[in-house]
Amino acid sequence: MRIINRKPSRVTALALGLLPFLATILVYAIASHYRRLDNPADKLLPSLESMGNAFWRMAAVPDRRSGDLLLWVDTADSLWRLGSGMAIATLLALTLGIAIGFIPHVRSALAPYIATFSLIPPITILPILFITFGLGEASKIALIVVGTAPVMVRSTAQAVLDIPREMIIKAETLGASVWQMITRLVLPQVLPKLLTALRLGLVPAWIFLISAEAIASTTGLGYRIFLVRRYLAMDVILPYVVWITLLAFLLDRLLLALSRRTFRWHHLGSDAL
Amino acid sequence: MTGAPKLSVRGLTKSYDGMPVLERVELDVDTGAFCTIVGASGCGKSTFLRILLSQEHPTRGTILLDGHPLPDEPMPDRGIVFQKYSVFSHLTVAENLILASEFEKAPLSGRLFGRARMSALEGIDDLLMKIGLCAAKDKYPAQLSGGMQQRLAIAQALIKKPSILLLDEPFGALDPGIRLDMHELLLGLWEELGMTIFMVTHDIHEAFKLGTRLLVFDKIRHDPQAPEAYGATITYDLPLNGQSGKSQNQPGDIADALRPPVLAQTTITQIR
Repeated sequence: MRIINRKPSRVTALALGLLPFLATILVYAIASHYRRLDNPADKLLPSLESMGNAFWRMAAVPDRRSGDLLLWVDTADSLWRLGSGMAIATLLALTLGIAIGFIPHVRSALAPYIATFSLIPPITILPILFITFGLGEASKIALIVVGTAPVMVRSTAQAVLDIPREMIIKAETLGASVWQMITRLVLPQVLPKLLTALRLGLVPAWIFLISAEAIASTTGLGYRIFLVRRYLAMDVILPYVVWITLLAFLLDRLLLALSRRTFRWHHLGSDAL
Repeated sequence: MTGAPKLSVRGLTKSYDGMPVLERVELDVDTGAFCTIVGASGCGKSTFLRILLSQEHPTRGTILLDGHPLPDEPMPDRGIVFQKYSVFSHLTVAENLILASEFEKAPLSGRLFGRARMSALEGIDDLLMKIGLCAAKDKYPAQLSGGMQQRLAIAQALIKKPSILLLDEPFGALDPGIRLDMHELLLGLWEELGMTIFMVTHDIHEAFKLGTRLLVFDKIRHDPQAPEAYGATITYDLPLNGQSGKSQNQPGDIADALRPPVLAQTTITQIR
């Protein structure tokens, strides 16, 4: 049988999926082992055990200075910033995206502006945000919004334009007003695609969050890894990176599950990733 | 039929970027007529249908509906069934059918709740029975076969009781057996409701079988150096003897008119 026609069973698929992860851990463990043979105090590739200890210390032992459990404080602060930023970006995508995609006059007025705005590298705006909003939460949230909203607005507007013209005309012949078409046709057709835009927007959102926290902050996951970088504390940095990745992965899966549950009709045809 | 025509087209011309697609179309259609429209690909028959729907607007000429100019946007007075995407993919069969009454009764939310919704759902039971979708009423269109989707589309288009029903190759994607079922359904609804129907089709046998009047769109002028220079118009306008299929005009007579123009090609051969 040709290899393209061979399908793995469920168990094989799971095992194959785990393989690269296990291989990475194994390669790391071997490399770390040999480095520490040369120098037991090596900081670059700490042992899995010392990383586990460091992670436990961050998660379960109160900080000596503040008395906080640092991992959870960092996680809560970062997720709050990420969540607020993405909530604002999603709201903008929904309102502006539908207006631009559905109403030609608004499209003429705003589409070129949003397209231009989306080309500004968001990080270049960060100093401006720090100057105008100060170093508090607002500037970090604003960076996430500036970095993700324009692209999400554009993809939502495109999703509206992709609604088959036939459906819109059919709604007109059924006597719908523009508002009714937005609530009963455009919104439900666009929401699953907005969730996809949100999932894709989370990738740059994490980048902007960590960047903003690294530059000016006193808490947060990004702040922590850039803080301990000064002491070459790889035993903290590496578990934090894994933790951030895990959070991003769980958020993505959560949104996918939400989409499957809420918009069953959208997933009836061919399924996407 | 007596009195003013239901629909009257005078001197209709439609051009895209200066290229005429339709020119000098003249037509009077009586109430209750079933006009089938055939023609070669790209002869503007679908454009004509879109103009009747007000999806597009004539470059020149006038169209009167019941003696008044045609509204300049799609309205409930003209129902439409497309070949694809006619029904709403995010709504179940039943929800597709109550949507029009939801639009009418709930101007702000466009949605009925509780008892009002229940009574709207009860109101479509007969319709579901008639189109044979009772068992499928809670399914989404993607879960239905092509024929079931088009039955739903026709039923949905008739909910607002339009006086004109426009059909753009509605059965083009269906199997022959399913098509026959659809013909029966459509003729039954037409006899019962008495609306005026315009139906674009590729299938000339279907056109002869269903229509009371057959309209053939074709170009009457050809410029071999500029094939796009002239638009199409109605070249044959045949009354048909009901649905018996015993018309004096046989499909073969019309077939010539449906062939794509070969004039340009012959000219080139002659020059050589």
